[in-house]
Amino acid sequence: MNAARNPLDTVTFDGPKATQGYNLNKMCYSFNEASSREAFKADEAAYCDRFGLTNEQKAAILKRDILRLLELGGSIYYLAKFAGLLGLSVQDVGGLQTGMSTEAFKEKLVRAGD
Amino acid sequence: MAKIIGAVGTSHIPAIGKAMDQGLEQTPYWKDFFDAYPPVRNWLNEQQPDIAVVFYNDHGLSFFLDKKPTFAIGAAPEYTNADEGWGIQPIAPITGETELAWHIINNLIEDEFDVTVCQELRVDHGLTVPMTLLWPNEEYRKIKVIPVAINCERHPMPKPSRSYKLGQSIGRAIQSWDSDEKVVVLGTGGLSHQLDGARAGFINREFDLYCMDKLVTSPEALLGYTNADLTETAGAQGVELAMWLAMRGALEGDVKLLHQNYHIPVSNTGAGLMLLEPS
Repeated sequence: MNAARNPLDTVTFDGPKATQGYNLNKMCYSFNEASSREAFKADEAAYCDRFGLTNEQKAAILKRDILRLLELGGSIYYLAKFAGLLGLSVQDVGGLQTGMSTEAFKEKLVRAGD
Repeated sequence: MAKIIGAVGTSHIPAIGKAMDQGLEQTPYWKDFFDAYPPVRNWLNEQQPDIAVVFYNDHGLSFFLDKKPTFAIGAAPEYTNADEGWGIQPIAPITGETELAWHIINNLIEDEFDVTVCQELRVDHGLTVPMTLLWPNEEYRKIKVIPVAINCERHPMPKPSRSYKLGQSIGRAIQSWDSDEKVVVLGTGGLSHQLDGARAGFINREFDLYCMDKLVTSPEALLGYTNADLTETAGAQGVELAMWLAMRGALEGDVKLLHQNYHIPVSNTGAGLMLLEPS
């Protein structure tokens, strides 16, 4: 079953996605440690290569393309650590994924409470 | 025998910890959220539980995909945390508990819950934010904690009904432990939210309030949901309802609702708070 993308425009992080994204997620998992974050910042492409990312995954990392990273097997929990390294909040990431400014995204969240 | 004195359901959003670090509790964005907590803190102060069994999910701090347990339980004398990659201020170590933990583990295996046992575990915001919220100023250190982690990250995840049964099994184990200790059960996380993809920011107030109502009166009504249903209705991370179901499962039979609150938004999330006592 190819259930990676469901009608809700949500990539289900399941076994096949976890297989596809293993190295990507492993790299992002390493960002738990400050020394790894520094190593990434020093040479992003080399750090991606060290973890064996595919060319597509590496390009999406370098472009900060979160939607593409999800399609390429990224788990939002590990991508959140990548976002944290970049100094982005989850609202910034929400804005990036929905094509909104962070402020507009925050307003949308507030409206959900009305 | 040990006694379950009550249960608390609460959010565990990282931004809450940050707001507390920065003293933002009374700013307009945060006031309504934080003002709901003193009644729960007061109840905990009056009741003086010795042990907290905390259902939470690890968000990629201790568990990576290389070894990802479906259900895991801690049996360690202490639990530390870390900055999780975001520069979150780590908190002082959480005090662990091992005697009841091993009693629960034995009972779970007997009950055919083949849980992963962790004698060393780093705990993330899923556990630390509720502890600091409920027992601020490092008062949480006087409570002995047993962490129970439920996989909410990679599908397949345990069925919601299974997490409820896990809670029931743990509840029975606690009440069969030969001790005078008082135990409080925490269910953390949720409620509706989605962090990932073009649907990021999805929140469902109506469904969250429905769940909070059913958790009190008839949790069985929620057990038919699949994780796909929860993803659709409550967002991809709405599956964190699992921890609230486990918490409610630990309380056998009817319960009394002592306090509740629901607030939107905290970060990307509908934030629930609930205090229950066995009736």
